[in-house]
Amino acid sequence: MKQLVKVWIWTALAVFGMTAAAIAQAQQPLKIGIVTFLSGPAAGPFGVPARNSAEVMTESLNAGKLPAPYATKGFGGAPLEIVFVDEAGPSTKQVADFRNLAQRVDLVIGYISSGNCLAVAPVAEELKKLTVFFDCGTPRIFEDADYKYVFRTQATATMDSIGAALYVLDRNPKVKSVAGLNQNYAWGQDSWNDFEGAMKVLKPGIDVKTSQMPKLFAGQFGAEISTLLSSNADFIHSSFWGGDLEAFVLQAAPRNLFKKSTVVLTAGETAMFKLADRIPDGTVLGARGMHGVLAPASELNKWFRAAFQDRYQLPPVYPAYHMAQAILGTKAAYEKAQAANGGNPPSQDQIIAAFENLTFEAPSGKVQMALGKGHQAVQGTAYGTTKLVKGRITLTNVKYYPAEKVNPPDGVKSEDWIKSGFKAK
Amino acid sequence: MSDLLAVIIDGIIYSSWLFIMATGLTLIYGVMKILNIAHGSLYALGAYLSASLVGWWLAGGHDPYGSYAMLAAAALLVGLVMGPLLERGLLRLMYGRDEVVLLLITYAVFLILEDVIKLVWGVDSLYVSQPYDLLGNFDIGALSYPVYNLVLVGVAVATGSATAWTLNCTRHGKMLLAVIHDREVSGAMGINVDRLYLMTFTVGTTLAAIGGAVTAPTLAVSAGMGVEVIVLSFAVVVIGGLGSLGGAALGALIVGMVRSAAVHYLPAVELFSVYSVMAMVLIARPKGLFSAAEARKI
Repeated sequence: MKQLVKVWIWTALAVFGMTAAAIAQAQQPLKIGIVTFLSGPAAGPFGVPARNSAEVMTESLNAGKLPAPYATKGFGGAPLEIVFVDEAGPSTKQVADFRNLAQRVDLVIGYISSGNCLAVAPVAEELKKLTVFFDCGTPRIFEDADYKYVFRTQATATMDSIGAALYVLDRNPKVKSVAGLNQNYAWGQDSWNDFEGAMKVLKPGIDVKTSQMPKLFAGQFGAEISTLLSSNADFIHSSFWGGDLEAFVLQAAPRNLFKKSTVVLTAGETAMFKLADRIPDGTVLGARGMHGVLAPASELNKWFRAAFQDRYQLPPVYPAYHMAQAILGTKAAYEKAQAANGGNPPSQDQIIAAFENLTFEAPSGKVQMALGKGHQAVQGTAYGTTKLVKGRITLTNVKYYPAEKVNPPDGVKSEDWIKSGFKAK
Repeated sequence: MSDLLAVIIDGIIYSSWLFIMATGLTLIYGVMKILNIAHGSLYALGAYLSASLVGWWLAGGHDPYGSYAMLAAAALLVGLVMGPLLERGLLRLMYGRDEVVLLLITYAVFLILEDVIKLVWGVDSLYVSQPYDLLGNFDIGALSYPVYNLVLVGVAVATGSATAWTLNCTRHGKMLLAVIHDREVSGAMGINVDRLYLMTFTVGTTLAAIGGAVTAPTLAVSAGMGVEVIVLSFAVVVIGGLGSLGGAALGALIVGMVRSAAVHYLPAVELFSVYSVMAMVLIARPKGLFSAAEARKI
């Protein structure tokens, strides 16, 4: 009898210990490093909305406030802890900061600058740290290399540029000439190359008047605006963002550039509310996907807009959508891996396996990790034309383009796909 | 309108903007031998305060033309407060140290002021474009330019002329020239060098703030805006010759024209144009175009 009681006590203690360990393990917080611009010219329009989005998303996830399919708390029950890091500064600083951050967190979600993404990706691979890029646009990341530990949950600049070219033709099928104004680094160069290439394929014989490539954050664009005015182009393509975008609008609008040519601002949605009455009617705006006012109606989108607006008294712009998308994509991958692991917390390799080729829902609709061997997302995109209605800026003539129309097939480089006339593999 | 005329007009407007910033920088270096990196954040401070004052003025429903007075008030306020504060409170304690030490101190001030700006105004951009639009446009051929650009050119000419006149035609200016030539002998001859340093730094700071104030209506006033400006201003004063007012004027004109020509004719090389010119000038004249021959002290 004594022996039986002993066995029973040991068994009970063992079960209790295992349960306690399991509970402790299940409730072990997941540390996420969030890297975004917290200072510098990109902070206001990009970095801070993204930071705010990370804050509202993680707090809401921890409280289990999200609608389906994200109603579970945290990531599979594990609460989230976030560590913010400023993305301001040169790429060398980003690499050094990433090395430090990687030791302190379970995974990293971050990076707005394409230059920083290109610099950080090989280091993430070297350190074997799961890293999710949430905003940078250059397609070169997964077109020039293969990565196991790196993912990007929003589409590349190719989608923005081809979408812009399709919209230009939808608005004016008889378009004769285009010109460009883009920042002189990976994002601006890739954006212009894809737009120019797409226009040449979609409208053979198109006259490319000029391509202006000022330095990033140059701030003064007087000479560029004169050149664009002299060019008399039907459409002007610009992937400007941040302070440069705002400065360009403030300097070009009084000089009647927007009256003389139709200006296409592929990242213009970020300035839409701040510069509402300064952006002339008829300007084409994009949101780097179906984000912000271009997002499709859904419960998740409705919840996200309301939660963000309530917290910050501002509607979420596309960097906020990109951040939410990255967090939800990672959550979906984590929980898929957790389910495959019998409900136990998954290892990093299991999360990666679940992330590859994943399809998940975001406030901007369905996201498919379809490129870069399942590491690069594709989505549809949309563009619209501005119109001020009773002092409020609105988008009219909105056109949506499905993912397969604006993204290359897997294994094909954007540039080659465009040159081939958008042919499948 | 021919491209050449557009190149010249755009070049003059850009040069004017550069010159306003470079004047203060070169004046401070010429007199005090301080390569003042904080000049960039003083420019930003001028822009932020201008944006705040103009915004406050317009929000109060006052006459929009009064916004120009607000720009001037902001520049003076920054110059008259920050100039003496930095010179008396910090730099005065460091005189006699190596130029590199002083450069590092101004760099530290630059970083501190950048954080102060973020602390006070946050990281969101500010806009005060009303003064830019208020005066209307003038047309030259097919191109339309805001009249405000002429104000910018006028401010550059006025600051350059006033500085040159003060240096060459006033008693204080002549004393300054004596200090530039030899600080120790000037002091021995009874010139109050400390007071001249204070005046020079205050004027230099005011010029940086004027640069920020006149620029504020043309762009989004945002954190980090001082970085780009300080780099360009250095290029201008290095081309002209550190400490030379005429050199700063010529340097600004060269940089403005070269950049404008590159944008119009060869946009692909615009990024390198300014620094290529700087490199070529420095190869031919390592101390800049207007550098004076220096007597060797034994």
